[in-house]
Amino acid sequence: MASPTTVTTPPAAAPARVAGPRRARTKPTDRGLDRAFRYLAVGSGVLILAVLAAVAIFLVLEGLPALRDEHLADKVQWIPEGGTLWSLIGPLVFGTVLAALVSLVIAVPIAVGIALFISHYAPRRLASALGYLVDLLAAIPSVVFGLWGVLVLAPKLQPVWQFLADYLGWIPLFAGDAHGNASNPPRVLMTTAVVLAVMILPIITAVSREVFLQVPRLHEEAALALGATRWELVRMAVLPFGRSGVISAAMLGLGRALGETMAVLMILSPGLLYSFQLLVASQQQTIAANIAAKFNDADDIGRSTLIATGLALFVITMLVNMAARWIVARRKDFSGAN
Amino acid sequence: MKRTHATVGVTLAGLLALTLAACGSDDATGTGSTPGSGSSQTSSSLSGTLNGGGSSAQEKAQQAWVAGFQTANPDTTVNYSTTDSGAGRKGLLDGSLDFAGTDSALTEEELASATDRCYGGAAIDLPVYISPIAVAFNIEGVTELKLSADVVAKIFAGKITAWDDPAITEANPDAKLSGAITVVHRSDDSGTSKNFQDYLSKAAADVWTYEVSNTWPVSVGQGANGTSGVVQTIQSAPGTIGYADASAVGSLGKVSLGVGSDFVAPTADAAAKTVDVSPRDDSRAEGDIVIEVDRTTTEAGAYPAILVSYLAVCDTYDSQEKADLVKAYATYVAGDGQAQAATAAGSAPISDALRTDVLAAIDAISTK
Repeated sequence: MASPTTVTTPPAAAPARVAGPRRARTKPTDRGLDRAFRYLAVGSGVLILAVLAAVAIFLVLEGLPALRDEHLADKVQWIPEGGTLWSLIGPLVFGTVLAALVSLVIAVPIAVGIALFISHYAPRRLASALGYLVDLLAAIPSVVFGLWGVLVLAPKLQPVWQFLADYLGWIPLFAGDAHGNASNPPRVLMTTAVVLAVMILPIITAVSREVFLQVPRLHEEAALALGATRWELVRMAVLPFGRSGVISAAMLGLGRALGETMAVLMILSPGLLYSFQLLVASQQQTIAANIAAKFNDADDIGRSTLIATGLALFVITMLVNMAARWIVARRKDFSGAN
Repeated sequence: MKRTHATVGVTLAGLLALTLAACGSDDATGTGSTPGSGSSQTSSSLSGTLNGGGSSAQEKAQQAWVAGFQTANPDTTVNYSTTDSGAGRKGLLDGSLDFAGTDSALTEEELASATDRCYGGAAIDLPVYISPIAVAFNIEGVTELKLSADVVAKIFAGKITAWDDPAITEANPDAKLSGAITVVHRSDDSGTSKNFQDYLSKAAADVWTYEVSNTWPVSVGQGANGTSGVVQTIQSAPGTIGYADASAVGSLGKVSLGVGSDFVAPTADAAAKTVDVSPRDDSRAEGDIVIEVDRTTTEAGAYPAILVSYLAVCDTYDSQEKADLVKAYATYVAGDGQAQAATAAGSAPISDALRTDVLAAIDAISTK
């Protein structure tokens, strides 16, 4: 009798689990709106994959002539003499990643600070108003940020950059030009990074804020019961819980910074060097801004070259996102969420 | 999170609306200019659509021409899509455009391939847009500098890096000059860059040894996107010097370039004069008028750093209607349109002598 019971119980449970969704599908309501919505949802999911694939295929097909051409440097004027496609893509990738990383270094601490203020420090009414304002920042078009950066911010930053070059010039990042000066007008990577930081601030803040608000009440109360101050509460309960969320928020911001075009185009004086000098003009350029600057006047092979650089950007962005996923997945175990 | 998405969505919709509105208003601004007596040679019974495109240097002038022409001939529609010179020539040759605006004349290969598209005829270049390229600078209290071509080339090549260099101060004893020079050039490819390089490479051949192209070849100083970017960069800091279309530099100081033993400021008249003293390309067929700008001219009052842009058309079209339309538009552009472009784009009207030749070439446009 023992064996029949052990055999019968699992099937009894299993059909119930499987039959749940199955029965739901055969419900009369699934015929109408329910089914339509299911198709819509599945369709949307498939569509995004199709679009992504289409973009990848377009980039590869259009970039192929440039990737294949062995004498590209003779045909495309802006590739350094005697170079190959890689002597264009290399510095561009370097510049793109450098600009995005510097902006991330500026933006993340500020964004986490704002998010913590909204979630744990501000009075409720102020918090929601502030949250709304930060969201609003995301709604400003990048060309406006570019204009603001080049007309308003840049002239004000020049003395600051000069100060950095004068006193911190021994750090390679802040080294000035041959005379030890920061460039004037300051159309340099540092200025660009500051504007990019403002642009990615809202998304990092918004995601971090949501994560911080998710911290279990019990964790916080436990910390407080142990006599933790507000700062200790944040450090011991909130930040560990939110770490993976903040990282994925930063990666979202990084994605936007990597692809930002208009603001970079307007602010940065471009150059094709592997240079870490953030305060000197004409050192680096980003892929997206380079495409925007050169595309209009390029011939067929030139456009193909630019699209090949676009493919490089596509790959970088994908790698960044995969890295973000990986980090988030790895950190999940230590986050205190479980 | 939900609210964030909603906000972004609403904003996107709003932006889209703004963009559409902005697109719509482009046409409205064009029609504002008043037509001249453009209908004198063209009968207002013309009707039909002309499609053109190409050079961005011609954009403002083309807008003025389209507006003036359509006002004089209400039943016609002319479209000019601003892309770039290469795309314009390509469009003319593959038949998708009826005319092209181009900063450089059709090449030999392009002329050879044009026979089919032009129904057995040929494609021709008509110089209709002449614009001086100003070397503009930002030095407090200085509005004019006299610089020879050699000195300008050395500055842009990074061989002269200080404003108080003797080469500059000797020619400008009255100007208070000091500090480092920041050169500003175009970071995008442009016909302005090409023409300015062409000037430097011919007028200062010893100094400027770079290959002439649409891309600026030296990384000295700072690059800026578009004419407006260059002008804005020069405005934003003292000690800067750059080149841009003369109509765009506003109140910035302008360099008078050394011509012969004299110095000439970038004015429309001085630009037109250079075109007059420049030889035509002899190898071209009749009606195909290509100016070989004489950058080393010593003619008094001629300003050699100019951009000459062409209207490229076929001399044969398949229908009378199309031929008449092209003829009427080109006649307007070379005639009354010149004054319109001078007002709208700050270009230099072509001289009467050149106009006579251009009009003769336009007159020869016919059907197959």
